[in-house]
Amino acid sequence: MTLLTVRDLRVGFGRPGHETEVVQGVDLDLAAGETLAIVGESGSGKSVTAMSINRLVDYSGGRILGGSILLDGTTDLATASEARMQNLRGGEIGMIFQEPMTSLNPVLKIGTQIGEIFAKRRGLSGRAVRQAAIRALERVRIPDAARRLDQAPHQMSGGMLQRIMIAMAFAGEPRLLIADEPTTALDVTIQAQILALLAEMKRETGMGLIFITHDIGLVAGIADRVVVMQGGRAVESGTADDVFDRPAHDYTRHLLSAVPHFRGGRSARVNAVRSEGAKATLRVENLGVRFSVGGGFLRQAKGYVHAVEGVSFDLVPGETLGIVGESGSGKSTTARAILDLVRPTAGRVEGAEGRAVQMVFQNPNASLNPRMDVRALLSEPVIAAGRRVDTEALDRMRMLLDKVDLPQDALARYPHEFSGGQRQRICIARALMPNPRVLVLDEAVSALDVSVQAKVLDLLIDLQRDFGLAYLFVSHDMAVVERIAHRIAVIYAGRIVEIGAARSVLSDPCHPYTRKLIAAVPSIERRHVDFALDTDEVPSTLRPDGWQAPPQSWRDHGPDHRVAVEPAA
Amino acid sequence: MSYFLRRLAVFPLVMLGVSIFVFIAIRLVPGDAITAMLGTEGGMLTPAQREALTVYFGLDQNWAVQYLRWLGGLFRGDLGISVTYGQPVLQIILERFPLTLQLALMSMVIALLIGLPAGVYAATQADRPSDLLVRVFAMIGQSMPNFVVALLAIYILSVGFGVLPTMGRYVPFREDPFGNLAQMILPAIALGTAFAAAVTRISRAAMLDILSEDYVRTARSQGFSQRYVIWRHALPNALIPVLTLSGVEFGYLLGGAVIVEQIFALPGLGRVVLDAILQRDYALVQGVVLFIAFNFMLVNLLVDLAYAALDPRIRYGDRP
Repeated sequence: MTLLTVRDLRVGFGRPGHETEVVQGVDLDLAAGETLAIVGESGSGKSVTAMSINRLVDYSGGRILGGSILLDGTTDLATASEARMQNLRGGEIGMIFQEPMTSLNPVLKIGTQIGEIFAKRRGLSGRAVRQAAIRALERVRIPDAARRLDQAPHQMSGGMLQRIMIAMAFAGEPRLLIADEPTTALDVTIQAQILALLAEMKRETGMGLIFITHDIGLVAGIADRVVVMQGGRAVESGTADDVFDRPAHDYTRHLLSAVPHFRGGRSARVNAVRSEGAKATLRVENLGVRFSVGGGFLRQAKGYVHAVEGVSFDLVPGETLGIVGESGSGKSTTARAILDLVRPTAGRVEGAEGRAVQMVFQNPNASLNPRMDVRALLSEPVIAAGRRVDTEALDRMRMLLDKVDLPQDALARYPHEFSGGQRQRICIARALMPNPRVLVLDEAVSALDVSVQAKVLDLLIDLQRDFGLAYLFVSHDMAVVERIAHRIAVIYAGRIVEIGAARSVLSDPCHPYTRKLIAAVPSIERRHVDFALDTDEVPSTLRPDGWQAPPQSWRDHGPDHRVAVEPAA
Repeated sequence: MSYFLRRLAVFPLVMLGVSIFVFIAIRLVPGDAITAMLGTEGGMLTPAQREALTVYFGLDQNWAVQYLRWLGGLFRGDLGISVTYGQPVLQIILERFPLTLQLALMSMVIALLIGLPAGVYAATQADRPSDLLVRVFAMIGQSMPNFVVALLAIYILSVGFGVLPTMGRYVPFREDPFGNLAQMILPAIALGTAFAAAVTRISRAAMLDILSEDYVRTARSQGFSQRYVIWRHALPNALIPVLTLSGVEFGYLLGGAVIVEQIFALPGLGRVVLDAILQRDYALVQGVVLFIAFNFMLVNLLVDLAYAALDPRIRYGDRP
């Protein structure tokens, strides 16, 4: 018996009669106990499709223009009354969202937000609500559940909040769960945790799961059936094996081939540049960054966050060092400390003098002043260097625009006239204006759509060859890092735990954390993965005043591959 | 609690700053206190009489000495003697303040009772005709001076319906609660209208933002009704900017409402300040301004404590 049958769904936004059709005739089928993945890039209509099923789309200005959404083959959700939908939402149909940090009410305690669902769904009150809430949190492996109930959302990590969201979605015992990019905002090891938890809940309850994502590699690991969406249409649908092994549509083939996928080190670039005697262009020794906590005007700090601790590496011209790690690991702080954007509290950085090191940030929209045209944006580094914007500078602008594949007339245009990928190209051109030797790229492609990512990575590789640039490429995304890095440094709780040739580190990880990290990375080569439900949290780097980091000892694992030796616990 | 104490520790510094500014400001106004006090009779004083009065009020000393004397008095709880009223300044303030406080409180209650529901309603009806109507009224309410509202209110309610006494001797609340409320309601409406309009606009704007927040969508995905989502999930968040606005407006109202007090013949702080400035009554101006500044800081502190009660992110000191 099919749980959900969607036929010719059409959804529009805008004034009645003048709608823009965002979903243009989508068909879906989902049986109980099955996982259906909807894959697509931004603007494909995948989220709108999902929000149409429980009709939350009504609240964001959208309207179902046609088609049917049959639950159990009988109830048509497309035409059901709002009162009927309120009964189904949270009861028959649960939903979890992309951003756990903003999806819970910041002013209400966790216990209140879970409790109100039990009060509504099961008519519980008082102590019974609290007991039910504790059981719900324990079911999603929240340690110390009773205490957590009295906490506010901002006191918890993203992974924990997403588990709480899952607990809330399951409070009404739904038969259909819609998960809209539920792991996109999370670190990869936390993603594995959430996927494992969803799989477990699905086994227990036999619900159907609709999983919306932009990450086709992730789909391979979890989906029974796949629908690929592009421009509001389902361009391909079928079983996961069919779609991955015999893709019929060009766009599916494009997603499978042109997009960065993690291949366990086999796509890594071979390091020919670090030849004998190549002189380092950037050398970082024993870098440390500490932030005081709880201190203030005339008050002693309670302790220090050791965000970066004893980090050392070097870069030779033409080489990319990928710095990988999860949020809070200190990878971005390391990058910023090299440019003195945060002040290092220990260590030395050689080769960053003058304008030799430039930076490209994650969000191209926020990094470009919307009131400046491209010419003004590219002039800024020249002016900052105390020079005049003369013909020489203008020639360099034109040359760089050409290098980053932007037209010459771009100079007179403003950031909003460009796409996200083009804006990031402008940011790259701006960083290259002062003729740097090193580019620090902090999650530089993370905000871009997957097919744009590949193009920007190719561009970066070309520029590296043309200008002999060294890259410090900071990213949480192993697939992207594998494409561009010659060497990789894995950073965990503020310290490098493994460093070496990319191929060796990715194919033969030695440190326990690197192993856990790489095991969690989804890949189109691995189908139906049982991700580990490991709910360990990253250790805190908050230390008391006067704390000294214990020295790290290293062992070699191959010619260019070193691993930190963990002290026996 | 330590936060509260730390905030209180700033009070004396601010008071000291305010005391210096007001002390100098009132002395920069041309004309002297003796002439202003006695009006035309001032011209009939002999130089000796004028000299005696100047010495009596301490006006013969230089500013620094005058200031230090006044400051010394403050520490003993002595704000000086008003030359116009011939009474201790503190006594005058304490007599007038209850009326001003009551007026401010009533205005705020009116503003919140009207503004909050109107703003929330308008937000849920965004861009429909009813929203437009609320916005137009809010704009009118905010752009109309309060004496216009006062005159309209007097005409409509007392002349038109004959229900409320307009003027007459001020009746304190303790003597005759109903008489007092009947007397105060019109001035409170006059002051509360613009306040209500401001609350309407800010609560509408805040609510509109919040209704598109992710956590509102989460609540909807749980099947909660529109009414529940709005009152339980959205409103507590929308109250934060409303609180900011109300605190500032209330603080200003505690400084007295000169025009409205004048129109309704109410003996509040506003009229005292006006008289004191016109009369060059140095001690009275200084005392009242210091009192107003203190109240303003106190209201600000209370607003901050209320934030903490509303928003746990502020409560735990880690503002995002």
